Amino acid sequence: MEEIKLMKGNEAVAEAAIRAGVDAYFGYPITPQSEVIEYLMTERPHQRTGMVVLQAESEIAAINMVYGAAACGKKVMTSSSSPGISLKQEGISYLAGAELPCLIVDVVRGGPGLGTIQPSQADYFQMVKGGGHGDYKLIVLAPSTVQEMADFVELGFKLAFKYRNPAVILSDGVIGQMMEKVIYSPQKTRLTDEEVDKKYGSWATTGKKNGRERNIITSLELKSERQEAHNHHLQAKYKKITENEIRYEAINTEDADYLIVAYGSSARISQKAMEMAAKKGYKVGLIRPITLWPFPTDIINKLADQVKGILSVEMSAGQMVEDVRLAVNGKVKVEHYGRFGGMVHSPDEVLEALENKIIKG
Amino acid sequence: MADHKITPEEIIKNGSIVFEKTKLMTDNELSYCPGCGHGVAHRLTMEVIDELGLEEKTIGIAPVGCSVLAYEFMNVDMQEAAHGRAPALATGIKRVYPEKTVFTYQGDGDLAAIGTAETIHACNRGENITIIFINNGIYGMTGGQMAPTTLPGMKSSTSPYGRDVHMMGHPLKITELIAMLPGTVYVTRQAVHTPVLVRKAKKAIRKAFELQQENKGTTFVEIVSNCNSGWKMSPEDSNKWLDENMLAYYPLGDIKKP
Repeated sequence: MEEIKLMKGNEAVAEAAIRAGVDAYFGYPITPQSEVIEYLMTERPHQRTGMVVLQAESEIAAINMVYGAAACGKKVMTSSSSPGISLKQEGISYLAGAELPCLIVDVVRGGPGLGTIQPSQADYFQMVKGGGHGDYKLIVLAPSTVQEMADFVELGFKLAFKYRNPAVILSDGVIGQMMEKVIYSPQKTRLTDEEVDKKYGSWATTGKKNGRERNIITSLELKSERQEAHNHHLQAKYKKITENEIRYEAINTEDADYLIVAYGSSARISQKAMEMAAKKGYKVGLIRPITLWPFPTDIINKLADQVKGILSVEMSAGQMVEDVRLAVNGKVKVEHYGRFGGMVHSPDEVLEALENKIIKG
Repeated sequence: MADHKITPEEIIKNGSIVFEKTKLMTDNELSYCPGCGHGVAHRLTMEVIDELGLEEKTIGIAPVGCSVLAYEFMNVDMQEAAHGRAPALATGIKRVYPEKTVFTYQGDGDLAAIGTAETIHACNRGENITIIFINNGIYGMTGGQMAPTTLPGMKSSTSPYGRDVHMMGHPLKITELIAMLPGTVYVTRQAVHTPVLVRKAKKAIRKAFELQQENKGTTFVEIVSNCNSGWKMSPEDSNKWLDENMLAYYPLGDIKKP
């Protein structure tokens, strides 16, 4: 039955995980996402659905526990915040190399280094471009509401298993900490061990049963020719994901003279700035990428033929703006605006940047 | 009759087989140097899994190091871990499949240097897994560098004048450390360079896997091995050196029993 709750973004992820029939969560506390594991421990999901929750000794251990369980065909996730995600990057590269489905939640805080515990969007590079080694891609979903924090758990797992690839919810301290109404779909039952064998037995390590060959999960290939072939296979998969899975929201773009591109909490702030701009007589549209990878390149490129300038808004020194510029390919002016290091920009500041950098600039 | 040569067919016909290829070892050519203890340790592990009838429920984890390709030789479901992370993978597997048999196979660099945290915490949680730990006092695969277990004064490519414990630290007796943790149920140190020790080591591995079936905690089997290539000795000399030096620092026997 559908249920409505008032929750923090971090709690919404945790509740959604239980309801999505997730088999295991492995995590390590870090502000501003510790509510995920706290909520899970309090809810005793093992009693509700049989879901396993374990606090690991480090983010490194947590992501490798995810690797082990994901390699068994189970629905497994972890969550962390920026410095913790940096630690997980080794494991993430291995997960991508071994093509293991899983969900990684990053509630971004300001950096670099220990930085601050306040919100930021400066993990775009490390999640979208790959903070680990090698040529790999993660499917990156960017929620802008607490509802989406919940909804993207199921969407993330759907895409992760469809393509045998890690999926990411790239959130930030604003979405993680704020409370909003969440509508939950009914509880999904976890797959039984037999169902896991049936669905994923062709690759998952669940014990070499019924006379089948042994399954091996590895990201190692010592012969360069074969490693190159594996990389070609990965690239073909990434191309397929790019062709099929781009998601974005377009607001007031039909007759826009100017465009803002923003995701997550910056998209919400920019939407308010857009309304304020309309009162001043400016026609401003907004593209909110929902998938940061694959990036909504085509729609931005198309709108570049229509608008006079584009402002990329992100709580960073300018990370996503690189992808916006690649999409625009020099057709119109593209500028970045954003407070960073834990500061959150206001709608007034975004409007002012739009006027100074794009409209008058 | 004295010059009658017994053919393999006759032996099989008589039902007098005393030894045959381990069923759960693949036909792939081992990547280990001739004389190395890894091959025997692989065989013993696979023999035990076969004899205990665990083939269909076993998931093994290969490390980074000489045995990085263990999954090419061990004919059960296998995962390959990042360097040092095998106990974390094993934890993930065992937590979602408590009834499966899970083991890691790790070298000293993997288990006692880069993976120390994962090793200690998995053992401290008492994960119901079996850890097979090959200690040869050196990084074999990368070309003979100093390991956490390299003996004082022992030469390696990164301690070319011998391990100076004041500068490079002391060899880590991680097995004794593991035995102190309440999560472990059986911790033992074995070797495989003589037939007698091979038989003892097999018994220990068997006991470890049997205890895992009883869900009593972590079982940990160290196997002190030679590394004739890394030690730059003949296999025979390396076994002698192992006896005289390695076993003096790493004495054999059970350290913790249930």
